[in-house]
Amino acid sequence: MRRQIPLAITLVVGLVMVVQYFVPHKPVGNLYDLFNTWAIVIFAFAIVLGVGNLIKIHGDRIYRLERGWGYSVLLLLGLTVMIITGIGWGIEPGTSFFYLYWHLYVPMSSTMFALLAFFIASASYRAFRARNFEAFLLLISAVLVMLGRVPMGKALWGQFPVIADWIMKVPNTAGQRAIMIGIALGVVSTSLRIILGIERAHLGGE
Amino acid sequence: MGMGKKLSQIDRRIIFLVIGLAVALPLLFPIGLQIRVSEPAQRMYKAIDQLPPGSKVLISFDYDPTTMPELYPMNIALVRHCFAKDLKVIGMALWPTGVPLGEEAFEIAAKDYGKSYGQDYVNLGYKAGDIVLISNLGKSIPQQFPIDFRGTPLEELPIMKGVRSLKNIDLVIDLSAGFPGIVEWTMIAGGRHHVKVGGGCTAVSAPSYYPYLQSKQIVGLLGGMKGAAEYETLMNARGAAAGGMDAQSIAHLVIILFIFIGNLFMFLGNKGKA
Repeated sequence: MRRQIPLAITLVVGLVMVVQYFVPHKPVGNLYDLFNTWAIVIFAFAIVLGVGNLIKIHGDRIYRLERGWGYSVLLLLGLTVMIITGIGWGIEPGTSFFYLYWHLYVPMSSTMFALLAFFIASASYRAFRARNFEAFLLLISAVLVMLGRVPMGKALWGQFPVIADWIMKVPNTAGQRAIMIGIALGVVSTSLRIILGIERAHLGGE
Repeated sequence: MGMGKKLSQIDRRIIFLVIGLAVALPLLFPIGLQIRVSEPAQRMYKAIDQLPPGSKVLISFDYDPTTMPELYPMNIALVRHCFAKDLKVIGMALWPTGVPLGEEAFEIAAKDYGKSYGQDYVNLGYKAGDIVLISNLGKSIPQQFPIDFRGTPLEELPIMKGVRSLKNIDLVIDLSAGFPGIVEWTMIAGGRHHVKVGGGCTAVSAPSYYPYLQSKQIVGLLGGMKGAAEYETLMNARGAAAGGMDAQSIAHLVIILFIFIGNLFMFLGNKGKA
C-alpha cells in the first residue's frame, strides 16, 4: 500500500492535468483549479521546509564546530535579522529591511557574481583552445559574437554586428530549437512513464 | 622550460589585474561609443510605444542583485517608457529578491514623470508558486494577490479597477534571470491566456529565447546590458547600461586577446614538440 497509494494519486492527478488542457470545462477544469491551489500551498510550505533545513544544517555545523562554522553563524544571524526586520517593521521603502537589502545584500551578491569576470578571463586564456575543428568553429563564433555584441566591434568594422546577428538568428536559433524539441520529447516521455507508474524514482529508490 | 610554456603558466593574478583595469578604466574615463540598436530591442520598444494611454502593463521582476547590472537598467528604462506613454504599470515578482529592485525602479521613474503609487503604478510583491501562480493569475489576480507589497487591499487601489485576470492585461514584460522567467510566462500567459509577452534577460541566456522571438511568441527581447543600453538609446536617455557598454567593449577585447595568446602558445608548443 505504501507504493500503490502514491502511484494511484500520481495517475489520477497526472491524467486530470493532461485532460484539462484539452477540456478546460467542469468537472476537470474545477479539479485543475483545485490542484493549482494545493500546489501554491505546497510551494509555500516548501519555503518553510527549506528555511528549517538550512537552520538544521548550519546549526549542526556550529554545534560540532566544523571547519568554517563561523560562516554558518553569520548566515543564521543574517537570516534572523532579515526575518525579524521584515516581519516586524515591513519590507517597503524606508524600513530597516529595505535598507539592509540595498546596503548589505545587494553589494555582497553583486560582488560574488562580479568575480565571474575574473574567472572567465583566466579560463579564456587557459582553456579556450582550438584543439580540433569543432573547437575552432566554436572559438571563431564566440569571438565574432563577442565583437559584434559590443559597440567597439562596430567601431572596428561595421560588419561585425551584422555577422553576430546572423549567428544568433540562424545557427543559434536552429540549434536552440533542436535542443528544445529534444527536451520537450524527453519531458513527454518521462511524464508518461511517471503517470503510468513505470518510472518510480520519485518514490525513493528502485 | 620554453618561453611558450612559461607564458602559458602565467600567474593568474596578472590576468585578474588586466581584466580589472579593462573594466575599471572605461568606467572612470568613458569613451562614449555609439550604440547600435538591434531588431529585438526595437520590437520591444515598438510593442510598448503602440499601446494606447491607460493600457495595463504587468512587469514581473524575476531577477536578483547578482544580475542587477544587466536587468536593473532595463527595468528602469522600461518603466520610464511606460510612464512616458501614460501606461498603468502593475509590478510583481516570481523571485522574492526581485521585489525591492522593482520597487526602487518604480520610485526612480515615478519621480521623473510625476506618477503616483496606486494610481499609475503598483507593486504586488512576491508570491510562491512559479508557473502555477502564472496559471492562477489567468483565472484571478485579486485572488492570488489580495493585498499589494505595502499591505493595501487591491480593491482600494484605483489602478486595479477592472483588472480581474491576465485577460485584462495588455502586455506582460518579464525581466528574467532564469527559472521561473520568460519561458514560463510565454507558455502560460502567452500560450494559454493569449496575452502579449515581452522580456529582458541576461546576455548569457538571450540565445535560448531567440526561437520564441522568431516565432513571434514574444513581442521583443532585451538581452543583457547591451539590450538595456539599446533601450536607453531608443529612449534618448543615456543611463547606467549605456555607460557600462564602454567597459564591456574593452573587457571583450581583452578576453579575445587572452584567447588569441593562449592559442598562439599552444600552437607554438605543439610545433616545438613536433
